[in-house]
Amino acid sequence: MGIGLFIFISLIKIVIGLAVLLTGVAYSVWLERKVVGHIQNRWGPTRVGPFGLLQPLADGAKLLFKEDLLPPNVYKPLYIAAPMIAIICAVASISVIPIGNSVTVFGVTTPLQITDVNISLLIILGITSLGVYGVALSGWSSNSKYSLLGGLRASAQMVSYEIALGLSLVGVLIMAGSFSLRDIVDAQAGHCWGFIPRWNIFTGQFVAFFIYLTAAYAETNRIPFDLPEAETELVAGYHTEYSAMKFAMFFMAEYANMITVSCVATLLFLGGWHGPVFGPPILQAFLPVFWFVAKVFVFMLIYIWVRGTLPRFRYDQLMAFGWKVLLPLAIVNLIATALAVAW
Amino acid sequence: MLSVHFALFLIFALVCVAGAVNLLVQRHPINSALSLVVVMGSLAVEYLLLGAEFVAAVQVIVYAGAIMVLFVFVIMLLNAGEEERTQGSRVALLLGIPGMLVGSILIAWVVLNHSGTGSVEAGALPGPPKTLGWLLFHDFLLPFEVTSILVLIAIMGAVVLAARPEKREG
Repeated sequence: MGIGLFIFISLIKIVIGLAVLLTGVAYSVWLERKVVGHIQNRWGPTRVGPFGLLQPLADGAKLLFKEDLLPPNVYKPLYIAAPMIAIICAVASISVIPIGNSVTVFGVTTPLQITDVNISLLIILGITSLGVYGVALSGWSSNSKYSLLGGLRASAQMVSYEIALGLSLVGVLIMAGSFSLRDIVDAQAGHCWGFIPRWNIFTGQFVAFFIYLTAAYAETNRIPFDLPEAETELVAGYHTEYSAMKFAMFFMAEYANMITVSCVATLLFLGGWHGPVFGPPILQAFLPVFWFVAKVFVFMLIYIWVRGTLPRFRYDQLMAFGWKVLLPLAIVNLIATALAVAW
Repeated sequence: MLSVHFALFLIFALVCVAGAVNLLVQRHPINSALSLVVVMGSLAVEYLLLGAEFVAAVQVIVYAGAIMVLFVFVIMLLNAGEEERTQGSRVALLLGIPGMLVGSILIAWVVLNHSGTGSVEAGALPGPPKTLGWLLFHDFLLPFEVTSILVLIAIMGAVVLAARPEKREG
């Protein structure tokens, strides 16, 4: 495959991936409003289109046309750059997430992944840790008490839970032996005892799965860890002073982070795109993608379900939980996995 | 002979040096901290150009993504303002900058010519994490363990310094 063809195919994949991700973000907002509405015994959006399905379009149009305020006395360069950092880091992670095996379209064989490097997992962790800058800088540059406190709390929380997040993934890495996401998924192919699929959650990484889930809720600032942006506490935390499109960028960044985290959990713990595959070749190419999307959808539902159900942690409880409970648990899981693999 | 590799190295080396100079020149500490993030990022790219992808990723995750975040955090928490402009000395500017440039070129030339170590082609040594892990836990085990004890001492010092004073009875 020549370099020109490779670049062309990569550009197409980038455009498709970006379009799918942004549509996914918009409709995960719809899903959240509907599901949380039903949990709270009300309907959620129903007016705009059937079942409220055009609500994200209405929201997008509103946010586009809203007045874009620039409050006085903000530190302008960082005020404008912070939402950009947030959304860039949120969207950049999909460049290494594989959603299926190789497909052959018009005679060209290409993997269903924008790039496949052999340190993909570390790239995702790196981009997530750079995303903290968007939060911290927006809180500080807004020149407001609520924003500063929200930004400080959010960045401290994100940095603390990143450690537990990373350590919970090392168990999976030990079992797979590679940082490449494709290799980790391939190591989960097949079944043990005939019918239980050999996903990592069933082959010993059960505790790590729950550590990862909890740390991911804290990383993406979702309930029960969303004190930095709780309305009754801090008005809106680090994005109080933002309006219109800049606020929309933070909003999209939060949901894009949720989708990325769900994708990584699917790839590492639930076997990625492995699932029953049958039928004619076109169905066989399409079914892995379907299984992957279904698993990510289940994760998003769990995210939204937890949001509608649990109360939020107080900040000192949150930090104590991250450092005193999750981190030791993750280290114990790592030691246990290493011992199990060595024997 | 300008290969893509050399061109990329040059671009990111210039970005790195520009970031470092910007760090010194900026008056507001938050700008300096963000320039340092740019330096860390371009160093990570240099590591990648040398073929050490794991070190590059860890540089981003640990240095640019955690340590510098804590720097920025402290600057925000302490509400450090812009530096004051004091009376600079023109003589220092006129003699100092050329003198420093000459001095650093001289030191670099002496070190590069008489250091006794050869040079290695980029990408000649293996860089996958497996090799790095093997080296770290077999050949360099003692420095690794000693470093972890050093970090532990630093953590204990931080805990002691930041602890609240004990309450006295009565």
